[in-house]
Amino acid sequence: MNKISSRFPTRLKIKNGYVDMTHGAGGRAMAQLIDELFVRHFDNELLAQGNDQALFNVNSGRMVISTDGHVVSPLFFPGGDIGSLSVHGTINDVAMSGAQPLYLSASFILEEGFELAQLEKIVISMANAAKAAGVPVVTGDTKVVERGKGDGVFITTTGIGVVPEGLNISGLNARPDDAIIVSGFIGDHGVAIMSSRENLEFETEIVSDSACLHDLVADMVAAVPTIKTLRDPTRGGLASTLNEIAQQSGVGMQLNEDDIPLRPEVSAACELLGLDPLYVANEGKLIAICRRQDAEQLLKTMHNHPLGQHAAIIGHVVEDDLGFVTMETSFGGNRIVDWLAGEQLPRIC
Amino acid sequence: MKYVNEFRAKDLAKKLAKQIAREADPSRTYNVMEFCGGHTHAIFRYGVQDLMPENVKFIHGPGCPVCVLPIARIDSAIELAEHHRAIVCTYGDMMRVPASKKKSLIKSKAAGADIRMVYSTQDALKIARDNPDRQVVFFAIGFETTTPPTAVAIKQAQAEKLENFSVFCNHVLTPAAIQHILQSPEVRQIGSVSIDGFLGPSHVSSIIGSAPYAYFAEEFQKPVVIAGFEPLDVMQSTLMLTRQINDGRFEVENEYTRVVTPQGNKKAQQLVSEVFELRRLFEWRGLGDVPYSALQIRQAFADFDAEKRFVITPSTGRDVKGCECPAILRGAKRPTDCKLFGTVCTPDNPQGSCMVSSEGSCAAYWSYGRFRGAKTKSVKKAQVA
Repeated sequence: MNKISSRFPTRLKIKNGYVDMTHGAGGRAMAQLIDELFVRHFDNELLAQGNDQALFNVNSGRMVISTDGHVVSPLFFPGGDIGSLSVHGTINDVAMSGAQPLYLSASFILEEGFELAQLEKIVISMANAAKAAGVPVVTGDTKVVERGKGDGVFITTTGIGVVPEGLNISGLNARPDDAIIVSGFIGDHGVAIMSSRENLEFETEIVSDSACLHDLVADMVAAVPTIKTLRDPTRGGLASTLNEIAQQSGVGMQLNEDDIPLRPEVSAACELLGLDPLYVANEGKLIAICRRQDAEQLLKTMHNHPLGQHAAIIGHVVEDDLGFVTMETSFGGNRIVDWLAGEQLPRIC
Repeated sequence: MKYVNEFRAKDLAKKLAKQIAREADPSRTYNVMEFCGGHTHAIFRYGVQDLMPENVKFIHGPGCPVCVLPIARIDSAIELAEHHRAIVCTYGDMMRVPASKKKSLIKSKAAGADIRMVYSTQDALKIARDNPDRQVVFFAIGFETTTPPTAVAIKQAQAEKLENFSVFCNHVLTPAAIQHILQSPEVRQIGSVSIDGFLGPSHVSSIIGSAPYAYFAEEFQKPVVIAGFEPLDVMQSTLMLTRQINDGRFEVENEYTRVVTPQGNKKAQQLVSEVFELRRLFEWRGLGDVPYSALQIRQAFADFDAEKRFVITPSTGRDVKGCECPAILRGAKRPTDCKLFGTVCTPDNPQGSCMVSSEGSCAAYWSYGRFRGAKTKSVKKAQVA
């Protein structure tokens, strides 16, 4: 092998190396980081072309685009890390229109001094998540900020996808009498993150539910193309997401607490920490709203998918100009389920 | 959740609700003050009021530690962080309570002060150990329940010779506050608040026992039932109060026997009295200066008393104009009586302390019961028309 003809005379020292300012300066060091870390692991033809953009053909129809910044702390948590989360989060936002996601872009803001080995671990996790989802990262950007001006790494991903013909899925579509379905146990992600926070470590088996939902969504829209609304209840939890939809559609909602899927461990952890699981973040759950007569079929379809096994009808849309979400409690009383106020838990995703 | 869900069983709740409805005399009202924010929270979160007959009403008391702290004390905490450059450690809810000049701890933090949210006194001690060249102040708040951990922290700091650690003590006492409410002009002279009985605090009583309530039950002829924080506890205790009121009794009864004893936790009491002594006067939001209603750090531990270590300028901070927190804390007004409620004052933009903590009446009204308030208002309008 002729060393002189190689682009980079020595390999990037990932094992004991650190991000430094040159990695974001646009010179050879940056090119090497991109080559030996990002291009190598993301491993796809479009990215390998080395252009500042990815060029691809489009079919006719409707496309969707969505973007999501990720600042989670800690970077690694039970059930995932910032890398897989940044893939799942954006794919889910695209999928909640009923779309099949096609491509992702990724923007990395790295802090000077961040260990390259950690960065590689994150990039590999991200690449694996993208591969598993069948949605490649085809273009990206890298910037470095001085030590103390970031927190290791922040990742922003953007995704695009194509919406199949005949779907009309939007937060504006909920109407009285529609059924409200949630795809599984709520609160896992928030509690998993909390359990690994430095000042709060507690023993738990709970892992984040972080997952890509586009496959589940594809099954759902194929079985029930009349689905009205899909949304993933991330920050602010189930409660805030339902309030968003209620406001958008100008309707109220009536829930039944007994029907909301909740793991006993999550319930116990929330009890201990003084949190209400309705407000705790999820990263692999969705809320679906459909006509009452379609609900059973939709539920059956969801139960046949690994990510929808524990799906349940948790309530119905009702007429209410004020847009209140109310809930019959397990105790038999009624309460309002309001938006999350303030910050229940910072930097959850 | 074994030993928790049992206290939230729907069937039992329905049975208890029927029993209360059967025993409550329809010709009178039963105004029950729950002293504690924990009860307020349970009543709203589980919809306990819905299960009560019309004439059994809960009046929300001042037992939310965040709510009763006067603005001046929060100003002082901000001064410790901003002027004295100390790391101020505080429990989460305290962060958003409005201080003077539209400040709050969270705003002061955003502006550069080193204010950190902690979950326990142990976190604060750790921060002190990790930052030996900085002064670390623990902003201690709370009723009798949170006092023993603060005492432990002070003793620990002394044992470790942790010289950069101190406590800004704001611990307050429950019996003194209840007595003060019963002596307030609204209750005594004007008679605008008729309190027929008290749901006594549960966790506080696990420390101090049920005995300290005997005096005012007798003196003011009001029954007290020490009640657990689960919704079934609240209902069972309300039934017990209903019976006492019907019988004309005014005893201290203990529903929360699984934790509370008449004498309380002697070890915790000893620890507290070793480190703290009664403060001659302490200002409560809503109640004003209440004699012997709070604790201060004893001379023997003065080295760890932030009020002795730092020169703190006395603040003359006052509540926001129009804020009814004081009257609400005395039970004299309901949150919906306040002009600011739901207009400029919401949990996202709290003007008064009661809108901050989930144990505050205003926040509970807003978060769990807002629709009920709205309905009542429209009914009133309809009647007028």
